Amino acid sequence: MEYDKLVPSPTPDTQPYWTGLQENKLCLQACADCGKVRHYPRPVCDACYSMNAKWIDASGRGTVHSWTITHYAFHPGFKGDLPYILVTVDLAEGVRMNAQVRGIATDDLRVGLPVQVGFDKATDDLTLPVFEKA
Amino acid sequence: MSLREKAAITGVGETTYLRGTDRTPLSFQLEASLNAIRDAGLKPTDIDGLIPYGHGAVAEDFITNFGIPDLRFSATTPMGGASCVAAIQAAMAAIAAGICKHVLISLGRTGYSGGRIGTRVQQMPQFRTIGEFEMPLGAIAPAQLYAPMARRHMEIYGTTSRQLAEVAVSTRYHASLQTNATMRTPFGIDDHQASRMISDPLRLLDCSLESDGGAAVVVSAPDVARDLAKRPILVMGVAEGHPDSPSAITQRPDLTTLGLAKAAPKAFAMAGVDRSAIDVAEVYDCFTYIVMCQLEDLGFCKKGEGGGFVENGALRLGGKMPVNTHGGLLSQAHMAGMNHIVELTRQLRGEAQAQVQDAEVGLVTGYGDMGDGAVAIMRRA
Repeated sequence: MEYDKLVPSPTPDTQPYWTGLQENKLCLQACADCGKVRHYPRPVCDACYSMNAKWIDASGRGTVHSWTITHYAFHPGFKGDLPYILVTVDLAEGVRMNAQVRGIATDDLRVGLPVQVGFDKATDDLTLPVFEKA
Repeated sequence: MSLREKAAITGVGETTYLRGTDRTPLSFQLEASLNAIRDAGLKPTDIDGLIPYGHGAVAEDFITNFGIPDLRFSATTPMGGASCVAAIQAAMAAIAAGICKHVLISLGRTGYSGGRIGTRVQQMPQFRTIGEFEMPLGAIAPAQLYAPMARRHMEIYGTTSRQLAEVAVSTRYHASLQTNATMRTPFGIDDHQASRMISDPLRLLDCSLESDGGAAVVVSAPDVARDLAKRPILVMGVAEGHPDSPSAITQRPDLTTLGLAKAAPKAFAMAGVDRSAIDVAEVYDCFTYIVMCQLEDLGFCKKGEGGGFVENGALRLGGKMPVNTHGGLLSQAHMAGMNHIVELTRQLRGEAQAQVQDAEVGLVTGYGDMGDGAVAIMRRA
């Protein structure tokens, strides 16, 4: 079946994030000079204005900061997922990311819930992050 | 130099608000503009400054349609729903600098009949980051992007869905008093609670409308404003504010604070009045939660106390702080907040359909693009 959800259009600045996911790794961009981790990927470090970047393997561990449970398909590709939970997670590296959850019930959601990143192979070219109970 | 009272709102105009049309956003924008220019007692050729909204129209359209002989200033303020109020600041700066005398700020849209919000945001450059990193996960529309802000507020401060309902209920009541509102049947808190969930905690009746129509205002130099058709409404204070992590709510240090929190102290300081001076407030209401959060960021109550502030009909006509007396985006029409500027002007002129008695000073806010904010404080001259 053809994949009918929205897909990302990576740029040279962001491609390593997506390549990492395809290898079941969560990679985050960091400043190659001062070391500050930043997400989402971008050209300039806002701490020291360096344009030199590196990529680090993140722990994938974090805690729930907030969430929403979507009951309406704003894009037809997501109709089959309804209702779906999107969590906003504080990663151990000090940045946040969001993703859908796998195996976490609505009643279990709370601020501070420990979670671990997992990987959902959507297509041969696209792996998306998901969060599971840690 | 302060912009305090360096300009006045001299004309306001709207089209009939609709849900269903075959007209273009440009046509609505031009009709509303002509109504605003007539309201001011001006001719279209008197307009020498333009700040059109969004992609519906460009300065060239106005020069062509109105025969404007000498346009001296044109700009856009791309801040989504904060654009219209931010445009007041840009217009005042241009007027105070002596560049022009009458700036037309205009909007036309076919939000109901044209592309819907989930589709529109995918095409906006300010949503590029979200487009790459969040939309593929299923976080696409504003309801989904803003819901985690509301959820965080609820978890940290104990805010409830019934408190959000208060905003929807009072706004609909105000719409029921209007001739030009698209949703006029009043409802109660229990009706809100029974409305279907869109993106938890936001229910259908927490969400604004999709609408077709146009609205516009004319901002004029104070020396010429005095001689026009209507009583001028002076802008006492104005400011825009941009939140931390403006491109991604996910990365914002405090999910419960908006760009308005940076703008509000500047605008109140410029105006030289305190919160207690505000008789009526038109507060951008794309979602009920955003109204409550802005009331906190404006300083009407402390952060976290918005839920209690809006309870017991506080925002209704006759309540302690009448808010969105025209029915807002939730019930009148989604005109990206231009209808809020129109309504505040009418309130301060004393010509509103749901008139706050003796309204002398009021404020209007804009909110958009995931957290940008703007506020203008006005008084009748």
